[in-house]
Amino acid sequence: MAENLAGTVGPEQQFKNFLSEGKFMIQRCKSLNKFFFHPRVAFPGSGERDLEWVEASGNGEVYSSSCNRRLPEKGGDFNLSLITLEEGPRMMARVEGIDPDKVEIGQKVKARISSLNGEPAVIFDIV
Amino acid sequence: MDQNDINRLRGKTAVVGLAESGCGLASGWSAMEIMASAVHDALDDAGIKLKEVDGVFAATAFHSMAAMSLSEYLGVKPKFADGSQIGGSSFLSHILTAAMALDAGLINVAVVAYGSNQKSAGGFKTISEAMPYEAQYQPRMPVTAYALSAKRYMNEFGATREDLANVAVSARDWALLNPRAYTHQDGPLTINDVLSARPIVDPLGKLDCCLVTDGGAAIVMTRSDRAKDTKNTPIYLLGAAMEHHHRMISEMPDLVQTSAIESGKRAFIMSGYKPNDMSTIQLYDAFTINTLLFLEDLGFCKKGEARELVKNNNIGPAGNLKVNTNGGGLSCVHPGMYGLFVTLEALRQLRNASGDDVGQRLNGGWIDNAKLSVAHGNGGVLSSQVTNIWGVSDTL
Repeated sequence: MAENLAGTVGPEQQFKNFLSEGKFMIQRCKSLNKFFFHPRVAFPGSGERDLEWVEASGNGEVYSSSCNRRLPEKGGDFNLSLITLEEGPRMMARVEGIDPDKVEIGQKVKARISSLNGEPAVIFDIV
Repeated sequence: MDQNDINRLRGKTAVVGLAESGCGLASGWSAMEIMASAVHDALDDAGIKLKEVDGVFAATAFHSMAAMSLSEYLGVKPKFADGSQIGGSSFLSHILTAAMALDAGLINVAVVAYGSNQKSAGGFKTISEAMPYEAQYQPRMPVTAYALSAKRYMNEFGATREDLANVAVSARDWALLNPRAYTHQDGPLTINDVLSARPIVDPLGKLDCCLVTDGGAAIVMTRSDRAKDTKNTPIYLLGAAMEHHHRMISEMPDLVQTSAIESGKRAFIMSGYKPNDMSTIQLYDAFTINTLLFLEDLGFCKKGEARELVKNNNIGPAGNLKVNTNGGGLSCVHPGMYGLFVTLEALRQLRNASGDDVGQRLNGGWIDNAKLSVAHGNGGVLSSQVTNIWGVSDTL
């Protein structure tokens, strides 16, 4: 029941709180035994609400990748990829530790929690 | 879905007037002034008085409640209005809603309008909020999203940047025939021009991306019984359908298949025609990858085969497929939301072929005997897809 939400926080804030504690957590629907991302109040498409947080393995694969060109004085070029997690869901993230234009589809990656602009963020490294 | 239900709107409404305003540069003009000017010109084109307008449909990146702001500016008190914002395809969905409201008898005369002064006001303008779970990575939206799709497309089908560049080269060739096009005087593009243009978000360079211009447009719609008695050739709405599957690019189920597969299928079923019946094909080409995806998803070829279809300038003026005959968003005009310009070109080709004076083109810029046009709109990041099928009276 969601009639009174006072004193609780929603899934988006819960996700961010986990990140602040150094944990990359994703949601799983217990009855369907399926993971999903991004965090929501119910399973997308069919609405099941028996959800639990599970720590992600952090293993993933590059689904697509782009090199965003940026002036050196503004921080230089950076990678932006879509990563398919081992558990199934897909998310946007950056792949670091490699030239931003050298990230290729199908490469195996591993998540770590870093920070972007002072906020905790999931970043991937090539395995 | 019952076949009779989906066909209910076929041919029930028509466009009887159209106009564009301030395309290119319109320094010193506000988005509203550009939009309202297009409405008045479209009504003049139709020979219908402002007082008769009782349906108002609009969207811009400059007005959060565009239909209301436009109605007030015009001094119109609409009995039905819709300012739904689903990105650049909004207008093609407004056309569907307007057809429903006209057919239901809620209104008698609808205007669908758009205006933007983004170029003279400083560059690309968006009304979009930051996307949760994406914004912190600072994607350069919308370009990053289309680059991710392009990269995946190239990977899955062995396509190359040259395949994408073919789209930009053909679009420019059409623009050279269209005095209204922003790049009309700029000369042709070569594949090498496109490949060597400044990289924006790899694999997309500057010439894989649409123009950034000012501009507005408007159309006037009525029920078909009245359309017969207006001064220009009415162009009938034979099919219309929309669908969307995601808002954020990270939620797109498959980066190389858009929901145009669904919108196109239902729009063509409603129209009673097939893709190959279309005399002209007007696609929302905000980026070169769009044209490849939409040619496939609307059924002009199989998935992964558009790269072959666009080779040898086959979608240019001398080619077999008359695609984006105004020059498209890549080379004609793109004020931020291009959907109504896709529509205008679909309509203009049919009116010209029917003998109306809708402007001059160089030799080959108008399609002889054009009777059917598909106009396809895209919004967000390959998100909202809306397909309209237009035809002249003998296609009814």
